[in-house]
Amino acid sequence: MAKTVKISVNHVTRVEGHGNIRLRASDGKIEHVEWQVPEAPRFFEAMVRGRSFEDIQTIVSRICGICSVTHSMAAIKGIEDAMGIEVSEQTEKLRILCHYGEQVESHILHVGYLVAPDLLGQKSVIPLVKSHTHVVKTIIRLHRLGNIWMEIIGGRMTHPITLKPGGFTVIPSEEKLLELKKAMEDAIPDAKILIEVILSLADKFPAFERDTEYIALNHPDYYTFYHGDIASTDTDEKVPIREFERVANEYISPQSTAKWCKWHRDSYAVGALARFNQNAEKLLPMAADTAKQFGLKKGACNPYLNNIAQVVECVQVIEHGLQLIDELLTTGLKPEPVKVEPKAGEGVGCVEAPRGILFHRYAFDKKGLCTKANICIPTGQNHANIQKDFEAFAPQIIDRDQDEIRLLLEMLVRSYDPCISCSTHFLNVEFV
Amino acid sequence: MSKLKVAFFDFACCEGCQLQVYNMEEEILDLLELIEPVEWREAMSDQSDDYDVAIIEGSITRIDDEKRIKAIRKNAKTLIALGSCATTGGVNKLKNNFEMQDVREYVYGKDANMPHLDTYPTKAVNEVVKVDYMVHGCPINVKEFSYIVRCLAIGKEPKIPNYPVCVECKMKENVCRFEYGEICLGPITRAGCDAKCPSSGMWCFGCRGLIDNPNVNAAKDVMAEYGKTIDDLRSKMLLFGSKQEY
Repeated sequence: MAKTVKISVNHVTRVEGHGNIRLRASDGKIEHVEWQVPEAPRFFEAMVRGRSFEDIQTIVSRICGICSVTHSMAAIKGIEDAMGIEVSEQTEKLRILCHYGEQVESHILHVGYLVAPDLLGQKSVIPLVKSHTHVVKTIIRLHRLGNIWMEIIGGRMTHPITLKPGGFTVIPSEEKLLELKKAMEDAIPDAKILIEVILSLADKFPAFERDTEYIALNHPDYYTFYHGDIASTDTDEKVPIREFERVANEYISPQSTAKWCKWHRDSYAVGALARFNQNAEKLLPMAADTAKQFGLKKGACNPYLNNIAQVVECVQVIEHGLQLIDELLTTGLKPEPVKVEPKAGEGVGCVEAPRGILFHRYAFDKKGLCTKANICIPTGQNHANIQKDFEAFAPQIIDRDQDEIRLLLEMLVRSYDPCISCSTHFLNVEFV
Repeated sequence: MSKLKVAFFDFACCEGCQLQVYNMEEEILDLLELIEPVEWREAMSDQSDDYDVAIIEGSITRIDDEKRIKAIRKNAKTLIALGSCATTGGVNKLKNNFEMQDVREYVYGKDANMPHLDTYPTKAVNEVVKVDYMVHGCPINVKEFSYIVRCLAIGKEPKIPNYPVCVECKMKENVCRFEYGEICLGPITRAGCDAKCPSSGMWCFGCRGLIDNPNVNAAKDVMAEYGKTIDDLRSKMLLFGSKQEY
């Protein structure tokens, strides 16, 4: 039947930051479909100029409340690269451990608080408190695990304190690590409950597929969030993180205060599903088993399945986190005082944020004052892919009821776990 | 007792302070007995203009945002500024050390003048509209947030510490950060964070803003005693938008 569809969503809800959806169609033909990012730009790269290297991670952590550990670590790695600072194995293990806490906190927040209401036909988690008390309490316990985890290693659940260039201000005691280990072990039955719940709702994820390029960190030996080179599902080439600009190819779109990115195609995707598609064979047994339960396989290209990949990763980081704690306790923790002498130089730091690969580039003068900064954020890398998904998916669903179309498009945005306030800080500086 | 209708709104910020509300975990279930969130974009799809309390996260950085916050102020009986970006301008105020055109060009290059990239010098919320209560910190202390909201729900006036972070730091028996050769803003910064940073081996960044009447002379003495200058202190104070009038 001929009909006109007009959808205009200002500030998509249950996402971090501000994004809009615009769709206009008549007689079943899409005339216009657009993903817009109107977030207030905050200009972090400009603001850090002139600040000491000692303050950088504190400032850029504030780019995002949900991935503050990730931003701190990307900055710290960039500073260390610029100044030629080597860190100990203990420091790397503790950092990876701390970062895992953020993966759990962020993934559970996203799947449990922001996406689950869609699967259960509600507008927020609040009505679920009464209708699905057991599920909500499970989600809360898992969410708290992520927070305790970051607090024990990072000193605080949001905006970590202990992470700094060269190492840690203080390291956790053995008792604290044992406390964390117990909390992680106790969380495994909760993770199983969550898996059961999501499995029972798996048919609510729309069956939409669009082949795209997936980009993530890759390490030959393990499922990585911290080490490795940049890898794409479109090529066997592995790009060193120092050359990230030739992967991201940022450009400005009039639709967005965030820059957009493309490499081999018009768009690419980053995030849990990209990491899974890049590294699935390196998952630890429990996580691999979780993927199997969901039937999630390498090469999956339904963007909604990003949420499933997030659940798989929660299991992965708990499993690997337990191993890391055992290794740290076996070697024995020792305080490692950090004294960094500033040095002029330029460097890149890269880590996988919960929502995808993140790059920071800095240059410093000989006093350690920041002279240049460039930050390339996962959600920015996903914006063009969201737009391309819209263009492919909207015609498939245009015959449906207007409210349903709107919901499906909103869910599509949410599936990327966008962190829009993150994504609006980009920079056009030529580094030579 | 009818529940207090609460709406959350965010401006330029990282949304980490709203995140702290999620981080209340089980306690949020108790708080929901006292308050009814009617708009909270980060958590729910419902929207409403009918609220008693507006909780504002973030700084004001655009003309459109200024219009929006004024409309919210009109609707709200009580307005709370949530977190440093809202209470002092927070890290967003670092931008004010530069010319706006320079900042725009640095980040967006030749596209700097696209209208949607507009920005003006960062303002704290109380530089635009009247603020009734402030929940300080970056991020906020969620216990303090819960306390303030509970006070409002039962009609009690919340008490916010007006003494410096040093008080809480001493109670934690931390070694003074100045002894490590660092510059710490503890002597002039409002307590209420449990001296979280000094207790984790960092100096105080001053994220909770200055106390009402900071003992400037004592701070100067401390700086002199440890061979630091007031300029060093001012530079640290810029980080979270502390006023530079002393």
